[in-house]
Amino acid sequence: MNAISFHDVTLRLDGHVVLDNVSLEIVQQEFIGVLGPNGAGKTTLMRAALGLVPAGGGKIDVLGRLATRGNPDIGYMPQVRRALGTMRLSGWDFVAGVVGGHRLGMPILGKTDRAEVDRALALVGASELAHRPLAEISGGEQQRLLLAQALIGRPQLLLLDEPLSNLDPHHQQAVVALVKSLQAELGITVLFSAHELNPLLGTIDRVLYLGHGQAALGTVDEVITGPVLSRIYGSEIDVVRLKNRIFVMSGGHDVERDEHRHDLLSEQTHIPGR
Amino acid sequence: MFEYDFMQNAFAAATIVSIVAGLVGYFLVLRGETFAGHALAHVGFTGATGAVLIGVAPLWGMVAMTVAAGVSMGFLGERLAQRDVAIGIVLALSLGFGLLFLHFFTAFASQATALLFGNVLAVDMNTVWILLALGIISVAALAVISRPLLFASLQPELAEAKGVSLRLYSVLFLAVTALTIAECAQIVGVLLVFALMVGPAAAAQQLTTRIGRGLLLSVGLALAEAWSGITLAFYTDWPSSFWITALSAGIYLFSTLLPRMLRTQKPVWIA
Ligand SMILES: Nc1ncnc2c1ncn2[C@@H]1O[C@H](COP(=O)(O)OP(=O)(O)O)[C@@H](O)[C@H]1O
Ligand SMILES: [Mg+2]
Repeated sequence: MNAISFHDVTLRLDGHVVLDNVSLEIVQQEFIGVLGPNGAGKTTLMRAALGLVPAGGGKIDVLGRLATRGNPDIGYMPQVRRALGTMRLSGWDFVAGVVGGHRLGMPILGKTDRAEVDRALALVGASELAHRPLAEISGGEQQRLLLAQALIGRPQLLLLDEPLSNLDPHHQQAVVALVKSLQAELGITVLFSAHELNPLLGTIDRVLYLGHGQAALGTVDEVITGPVLSRIYGSEIDVVRLKNRIFVMSGGHDVERDEHRHDLLSEQTHIPGR
Repeated sequence: MFEYDFMQNAFAAATIVSIVAGLVGYFLVLRGETFAGHALAHVGFTGATGAVLIGVAPLWGMVAMTVAAGVSMGFLGERLAQRDVAIGIVLALSLGFGLLFLHFFTAFASQATALLFGNVLAVDMNTVWILLALGIISVAALAVISRPLLFASLQPELAEAKGVSLRLYSVLFLAVTALTIAECAQIVGVLLVFALMVGPAAAAQQLTTRIGRGLLLSVGLALAEAWSGITLAFYTDWPSSFWITALSAGIYLFSTLLPRMLRTQKPVWIA
């Protein structure tokens, strides 16, 4: 049984094709780095696995079942788009609010539920900081709480959407190491999206590279090559290796670093439909 | 002062409404939808004056209009609930319509002040019973939806993935909010609903970051403000709504200052 399989899946958002007839298979207990420029469809792919975006003709299986909303075996850490600090809550309550949150009734936790919250917080090393108000903890610490929320319910598959955004390199390495140790300890499958490959090098088993509706899945050596990425970006791409780092270059620019500068990217690589 | 029937009614009504407002207001503040609540209160004014025009009790007009507006706001989704300009225009328009209805029914104009600013000392026994029934409905509905509502408020994308319909809970919660606003308006009037619904809840969230304690504190502060406001009104003969708003503002101010005062006494850690 695969953790995730896509069979001829096309994903559309408001008529805009994000993934075009993609098939792929992710084996259980793999650590997959999901890469690609902004707008490549990393978030959409995860939301499709969660049953929030329909498979458009194809078929998505998650842990042997059709992808449907409310699958308790998937833990999800959404991409952070808003500041958490506006809510006057302790970290503990922030994580506890997730426990059994789909059931009607009052959010009063019994002993086992409270133990579940404590377990998730301990797994991410956030037991201490959970006593503090959300507004007073750093971005890296908030990421730990979001990860703890994703672990509530003991999922078999973790979908982590850009956990490294807004973190400095030191904290990025800490988050990658934490997720890797959780994956090994709990024996779960992890999809970890990022827009830069280097923080994930040496940790991920395989890479899923998205772009222009296409997807390439394989080891770093198989996927991060000039020919494969040129096909995905739709233009000439060079892959430069320097010591333990890899740079994806287009016409002399590092596209992973520059990709948030859309003007530059669209000059270098033509993106149809944008 | 309890020898007077009107004081007994006032305290009974204030007690019921404060409990409901403290609980519902806590979630309203947590979700950052206080401005939507403000707009619903204004829409209630149109409902109340419109009801009088067709010969129905203002309370029912207010309940009907606020709940209808709350449900539509929920259906239109967060995009609208957080779009301040659209809400601001709708609330100005609804006050305008309320004024127009008053204009058609001039004999009623003296009651406009009561609708706008409330007059808890004029609440009769019948209204107390209606408030009790509405209050039980609001609190029961909130109790049933509070767990998924909290989940959807804290982490909408994750809640959606776990099968919680964001729109459903947005609609249900704004309906409960609307009902609560119609009740609050009986005590402090449509313009001052903030004093009972938002003031105590916001102060409670300044004073504690735990949800359970926050809800209890929010109710406690709402009760204290409403009871003291009515008592002060009785002895000073100033309007009760003035005292309630003054206490609400004062307690909120205190709640924002208190944590800062406590913090300066502790050693400063540089993390
Ligand atoms: N609600 C939407 N309606 C239409 N298009 C959307 C919507 N949300 C995102 N998109 C588009 O879909 C594409 C994929 O987006 P997304 O999955 O968020 O990419 P990523 O996570 O890789 O940055 C982008 O081109 C984006 O502009
Ligand atoms: Mg994304």
